[in-house]
Amino acid sequence: MPDPLARTLLYPAHLALGARLVPFAGWEMPVQYNSIVAEHLAVRNNWGLFDVSHMGRIQLSGAGAAALLDLVVTSGAADLPLGRSRYGLICNPEGGILDDVVFYRQTEQRFLLVCNAGNRAVIGAWLTHHAQRVAGAQLEIISDQTIMLAIQGPHAVQQADGLFSGVPSSLKRFTGASATFQRTPVFLGRTGYTGEDGVEVVAPVAVGLSLWNALIGAGATPVGLGARDTLRLEAGLPLHGNDISPSINPIEAGLERFVRSTGDYIGKAALDELRAHGSHRKLVGFKSAGRGLVPRHGFRIMRANGQIGEVTSGAFSPCLGVNIGLGFVPPACASPGTSLEVDVRGSRQHVAVTTIPFYKRPTR
Amino acid sequence: MNPADLRYTKEHEWARDNGDGTVLVGITAFAQEQLGDVVFVDLPKVGSHLQQFAKLGEIESVKAVSDLFSPLAGEVVGLNPKLKDAPELVNQDPYGEGWMLKLKVQDPVQLRSLLSASDYEAHLKSQSH
Repeated sequence: MPDPLARTLLYPAHLALGARLVPFAGWEMPVQYNSIVAEHLAVRNNWGLFDVSHMGRIQLSGAGAAALLDLVVTSGAADLPLGRSRYGLICNPEGGILDDVVFYRQTEQRFLLVCNAGNRAVIGAWLTHHAQRVAGAQLEIISDQTIMLAIQGPHAVQQADGLFSGVPSSLKRFTGASATFQRTPVFLGRTGYTGEDGVEVVAPVAVGLSLWNALIGAGATPVGLGARDTLRLEAGLPLHGNDISPSINPIEAGLERFVRSTGDYIGKAALDELRAHGSHRKLVGFKSAGRGLVPRHGFRIMRANGQIGEVTSGAFSPCLGVNIGLGFVPPACASPGTSLEVDVRGSRQHVAVTTIPFYKRPTR
Repeated sequence: MNPADLRYTKEHEWARDNGDGTVLVGITAFAQEQLGDVVFVDLPKVGSHLQQFAKLGEIESVKAVSDLFSPLAGEVVGLNPKLKDAPELVNQDPYGEGWMLKLKVQDPVQLRSLLSASDYEAHLKSQSH
């Protein structure tokens, strides 16, 4: 009998808001509260609130914490300034992506690492195992002692200022700092997965529900995983399990800029080799000219009647009004403007390769 | 809740008798609720001939795609021109502005073989158990 789905602390809040709940990575999560498109547009035009407590949160501390991150993450941590965040890949020795992660340097010897919900166990075990090789690196998995919320949109920072005494607006993009809520220490990062400005909050479970309620009370639109997916796709951000995986390396996935060429880390030799010899396939963005059947994960990408690749993510884009997606094609077919077709349940849908992100925030 | 003047199918389509040998066809409030935000409706060309209960096309939402079935046998004589740019009309007004196609019906008596509003509601209740 399969394990029952896990629920975050905020499950009763989602129920109370009338959310439609679906299984996601072993969790029972809200896919939508209202309409996916309305929630998507609320984040683009106003501010939205996501429960992302299902994601993994690991505290690394000690004199060896930076060295441990240096060993396992392609982007490295030893040179990360205090207060800054960084995105990176955790790879296996063959260069395949075990997970994509964001980590924050909270103090000289303390980091917070956030990983995908579906990879909690894998990454916890991976870090624990490799910590044995690094003197003075301690790990604490704090996923179950904390909740995590994402507050995103053009008004998110200003609104969050009201609850966190102005700390959000004091943060530069991609930095983090401590703050308090109801006299309880919380951690804020000016980061996100939507392409919008905003903050992500990690807070102890004791204040989780009242933090959620305070944000809803202040007028945040609750946003489910359905809109989270369309938002990140418009922003050109990969999803582990769809666009990246242990059988995909960062070079072919267009994530080379997060793979450092100095130092030593797990997967470096393989990635150096891949960088030198080129990839047989490239992850590209594509979009349709108008509305039509939606290309989705696993659909074949065709050219002159032969399959040349496959879609890894696809959706209707509420902001562009057309279908967008990511997929693998041969490098020769990867230039923007290249015409492709996607086989959608037997019908050929025309798309063209395009640069990502698909959507960029208008400068204000 | 489901208009009493329409006839329904178990697959959640409705048909409205225009009284002139044609019917309008759409999907029910229940169907659009299940689908979520509709992003594309794939309909047959004008002039297509459909059998009763045959698949006529597909309706795609953000998260799902569903087959559409013709409630009656007939010829497609019109398509809702608004659905191309505003498929969300299916969600907003499934029995009105969200109509999908107009059929010239071979045999109007076939309408009686479809469910009444109360039979359709009973069908929904039995499905939910």
